[in-house]
Amino acid sequence: METLYKELKQYFDVDEFSVQKASLAFLRVPKSQLVSLLTHMKDIRGYTHLVMVTCVDYLEQDSFLLTYLLHNYSTHCDLGIQVSISRQNPVMDGIHHLWEQGRVYQRELFEMFGIDFPGSPDVHEPMILEGWQGPPPMRRDFDTKAYSEATYSHRPRDHKEPEEYMKQQLYPED
Amino acid sequence: MQSLYPPIVNGKAVYDLDSQKYIRVWQGPQHPGVTGNMSLELDICGDQVIKCNTHVGYLHRGFEKLMERRRYINCFPIVCRICVPEPDTNEYLFAAGMEELMGVQIPEKAMWLRALNLELSRLASFLMHLGGQSGAFGMGTVAQWTIAYRDYVLDLFEELTGARIYHMYMTPGGVRGDIPEGWIAHTHKVLDGASKLLDEIKHVMLNNAIFKQRAIGLGVITPEMVDHYGIVGPNARCAGLKRDVRKDNPYLIYDQLDFEVETETAGDAYSRTCIRWRETHQSIDLCRQILAKMPPSGAVHITLPNVLHLKIPAGQTYVRAESTRGEYGYFMVSDGSEFPRKVTVRGPSYSHAMALLEDLLVGVNIADVAGLMVSLHTYPPEIER
Amino acid sequence: MSDIEIKDNPDIKSELQTPPEPGYSEWRKDENTLYNDGLPEEEKDWFCDARPQKARKSVQVIENFLNWARSQSLWILAFGTGCGAIELRPLVTSRYDISRLGMQPRPTPRQANLIMIGGYVSIKTLKRIVRSYEQMQGPKFVVAVCSCAINGGMYWDSYNTVKRIDEYIPVDVYVTGCMPRPEAVLAGFNKLKELIKAGKAEGQNLYIERFDWYKENQKKVIKDWNMPDYNW
Repeated sequence: METLYKELKQYFDVDEFSVQKASLAFLRVPKSQLVSLLTHMKDIRGYTHLVMVTCVDYLEQDSFLLTYLLHNYSTHCDLGIQVSISRQNPVMDGIHHLWEQGRVYQRELFEMFGIDFPGSPDVHEPMILEGWQGPPPMRRDFDTKAYSEATYSHRPRDHKEPEEYMKQQLYPED
Repeated sequence: MQSLYPPIVNGKAVYDLDSQKYIRVWQGPQHPGVTGNMSLELDICGDQVIKCNTHVGYLHRGFEKLMERRRYINCFPIVCRICVPEPDTNEYLFAAGMEELMGVQIPEKAMWLRALNLELSRLASFLMHLGGQSGAFGMGTVAQWTIAYRDYVLDLFEELTGARIYHMYMTPGGVRGDIPEGWIAHTHKVLDGASKLLDEIKHVMLNNAIFKQRAIGLGVITPEMVDHYGIVGPNARCAGLKRDVRKDNPYLIYDQLDFEVETETAGDAYSRTCIRWRETHQSIDLCRQILAKMPPSGAVHITLPNVLHLKIPAGQTYVRAESTRGEYGYFMVSDGSEFPRKVTVRGPSYSHAMALLEDLLVGVNIADVAGLMVSLHTYPPEIER
Repeated sequence: MSDIEIKDNPDIKSELQTPPEPGYSEWRKDENTLYNDGLPEEEKDWFCDARPQKARKSVQVIENFLNWARSQSLWILAFGTGCGAIELRPLVTSRYDISRLGMQPRPTPRQANLIMIGGYVSIKTLKRIVRSYEQMQGPKFVVAVCSCAINGGMYWDSYNTVKRIDEYIPVDVYVTGCMPRPEAVLAGFNKLKELIKAGKAEGQNLYIERFDWYKENQKKVIKDWNMPDYNW
């Protein structure tokens, strides 16, 4: 993996390389070079399988960290390519032309995090949440507990202490 | 003769739904041929599908959000709810991800027990799939057999773990308990019966003329499509590619077991059924091997510090395992606190049910839609989580 | 006159295609009709807007006989609405064999009179459940299986699942557990039969009695209400 990183370093501005285990490494790439790096990995380096695309919301640093995880079937190695984008204007280039299922991930990311992928097919159509009117729910600042308490009515709790109640039920004479 | 298909302009089929030549029908979410709870929006011409849109989201619970609010050990009971027929893969992967981030090693015996549990759940899931596949082609008999027989496998689980469906057996740091007394003999009996049942299924289902007529040539996956669509598991192996996480990236003790990766070359629904039938046999064989090679005694779990206040060092990792549907993966990010920063579940049905199914269904007779859908072995809860 | 001429001559076309006035009369606005607010104007004529009525009771002797007959033919809607649906499969196949109780799964709501809510209900599913439930022929019953349908279960803080299903459709019998065993579900079905025989399974009438309350609750969580108020 280190040799791969050194070779990639000659062509791309990759940094923050970290090896998690023998078959898995992560590296960081600027936003503008992401699609060309993915194309390079897919066409030349044999990383042909897009395992997944996911996003981590770093609210403190005001950024989204997108992770594109690629797998190489000949060496059985994974490479996670990470790109940090601004949280204020979350727009990213699509990869649906490289992998067919990329558009599904992009639809999900738009729905769950509000990251826009211009040009991706059906990206603005609701996929999972139907009639959702709140903010994108997977963002860090969305409080699911508060939303759930405000929207749904909860069944009131029976205010019996379980321990006391079971004692009364089982040993009523004590 | 007028062409069946509508004209294509700028890469998109152009047709008018009001012209009464084309109809839009919905299949699901309450169609019995739909696996789980999803729906297909089909535009049909005559009885052929010309366009399909998959709609998911009926089972969305927001797991990834809920996990951000829960401590690691509190996440553990909810991860197995992601996939109902085969929850053990989720339990294993979550536990394995935690152990990898913490840098702990689980005892030898726990590894064998985990593998045994995974193989048994694979057997149960495949049995249910075979029944569903024959039921989708109008043969309810095999469904009656396999689902009733799956119950005996669930009985084994109940004896081992205490629960039928959600076992919560592979806790972080090992497994919850050792094998009870007399369980191994019971297991051998169930495995023998399962292998006998599979031979009967071969006579009734795989050699059935109607089943062959309908399944051969249905929904062909070519080797070129595999990487383009991200196809994994038996769906990729039916196109002739030897891809199995158990062989490629061996986890637990799979490198000590003796098995071959099953492949087929046709890539259609029939070869997918055959491959799953053979993998069910393989799974029975693996169970027997594990029972024979397993160390008779030893610790089954390590002692973790107080799990309610367990802090996991910052880091990120991806762990994968082979489920019945293919590569199942967990991407876990920890920021050093008691709560996971982010856990992303990569379900194999994600690419199968959305991108692949939409393209495979074009040109298929509507009577075969359910059969094609079941043959991909999609399971919706792992798409939307 | 052929079609081509009509297309060429705009005057004839407009003359032929004068759309009929929808002409909604005032009777729509009385208390026995529904507004169907969610539907677009052109779709309002496609759906019935009559308010559902309570079932009429006959003489007690005949009613007893009818209740006995109803309890012997419960047909389940095969709509797996959550995890609980996985236990429906062992139930209908040979090991637990629900046919001996006179029950069987049916693929369409028109043929079913029992809907089994199998666990957590997301908003998108709730919409389909309401639609399916209203399309079922009366008398109809609801069995809620799994703890998530009762109080939210382990998704108590989820943003996408409802916490109490009985605010949206009337429930006759609850079966607790996660998952309840098939025997527990069978016991629930037997309990429902007892209730029906005793004439106490009145969920359908309750739904009509408190129709406005149920609709208000449903519309509160289903944000894109685009279906008729009652799906006949």
